[in-house]
Amino acid sequence: MNTTYSSNGEYAIEIKDTNIYYGDFRAVRDITLKLKARKITALIGPSGCGKSTVLRAFNRMNDLVPTSRLEGEVLFRGKNIYEKDVDPVEVRRRIGMVFQKPNPFPKSIYDNVAWGARINGYKGKMDDLVEQSLRQAALWDEVNDKLDQSGLSLSGGQQQRLCIARTIAVKPEIILMDEPASALDPIATLRIEELIQQLKKKYTIIIVTHNMQQAARASDYTAFFNMGEDRAGYLVEYGETDQLFTSPKHELTEQYITGRFG
Amino acid sequence: MLRASFDNELHQLQTQVLSLGSEVEENLVKVVDALIERDFVVSRRLIEADKRINARRIQIGLDSLKLIATQQPMARDMRLIAAVLEIVGELERIHDYVKGIAKTSIVLGHAPILPAFVEQLPEMARVTRDMLHLALEAFAKRDAELARQIPEQDDLVDNIFNQLYQETINYVLESPTEVMRANQLEWAIHNLERSADRVTNICEWVVYMVTGEYAEMDSEFETPPMPGSD
Repeated sequence: MNTTYSSNGEYAIEIKDTNIYYGDFRAVRDITLKLKARKITALIGPSGCGKSTVLRAFNRMNDLVPTSRLEGEVLFRGKNIYEKDVDPVEVRRRIGMVFQKPNPFPKSIYDNVAWGARINGYKGKMDDLVEQSLRQAALWDEVNDKLDQSGLSLSGGQQQRLCIARTIAVKPEIILMDEPASALDPIATLRIEELIQQLKKKYTIIIVTHNMQQAARASDYTAFFNMGEDRAGYLVEYGETDQLFTSPKHELTEQYITGRFG
Repeated sequence: MLRASFDNELHQLQTQVLSLGSEVEENLVKVVDALIERDFVVSRRLIEADKRINARRIQIGLDSLKLIATQQPMARDMRLIAAVLEIVGELERIHDYVKGIAKTSIVLGHAPILPAFVEQLPEMARVTRDMLHLALEAFAKRDAELARQIPEQDDLVDNIFNQLYQETINYVLESPTEVMRANQLEWAIHNLERSADRVTNICEWVVYMVTGEYAEMDSEFETPPMPGSD
């Protein structure tokens, strides 16, 4: 991708009339959603509702599943990222991802952060980039005296922040997070949530979470997905988080967030 | 069933509110009847009852906070608990007005009460009581439409207030030495008028509880007319 794409302005990314299949199975149907730039959007819903599939569609992570197929469009800066001339690796640099389980490389803390930048041929001062990224991930103060130690020597919460630093280091615009705190204890979870609030000043964040309280306190917008009778996930309701959690418009949303679903 | 015990606790909370409300309803009428009938035993009993009403209100508030802390209520559940917290506050304040009228009754002692008061004060109390009853019914049935209609009846209370207020003014003009007594009576109607306004507040919270939208309802009392003015 090059820089000639027009900006979506208020919106960072948009998914339009999209169906996603795994083989013959339609996993999600008719998804249309525009996500605001520099805001945190939470994707919530019961297991099997397709929220992670939708999340992965935003940076073509589903491409890695051989049978997957997407009908529709995902517009990033006005360009459909599923067009043939788009390099998925470049898409994933600009739209980064943090996973459920922290997955640092078995390398030093320093190399974990520097890795992506090196691959992309980063020309600036690497030490500065590493420090800046670790600072933005709220990890610098805890690791600055042991940057040569293995990333795996850190606690779970620290490892997850290291993964966030690694994602930031390649200067993405959007960060996708798939249950980034579900493997962490409550304190480490709150630290990640605080960090996400800081990150939204520079990045658009899209987060999948099973934790409703987390969605309620950590996001600006929430999209609620459900699984239909055809077992395909679909979008039920999207709105400002405050509104969705105090006065949802749809009865299914009401049942889900009040814990009376199914 | 998912959340059966939480549902049960919410139900109990609602029942506590309704039980508190029905006692406040009853006392609104009792206190005025005692004033008219000069029944000081009942007046004193109602002053005592206010302490229990306050304690029950606090208990309902604490129970609500416990549910917030332990159940993380969302949406409809959260709105119900928010409404409960507000409604019990209003009920407690209405009972403060009941207590105020009971005190008036005792301060007035055996002094005669103006005939217009004997005639209309019980009516004013009953209209207020009926408004409260309907507001609690709207709360119990989650009926926003009913809640929206109730504040209109406040005009009835305001009308009686204006008439009786005029009576007290006239009385003072005729018998300036009776100003203290007139003032006590004026306090009594003021307390009832404020009670009806608080019923309107309850209605506003019932509408919020049901719809998620809070809107002020117009029941603002206008300053009573000056004697001789239109």
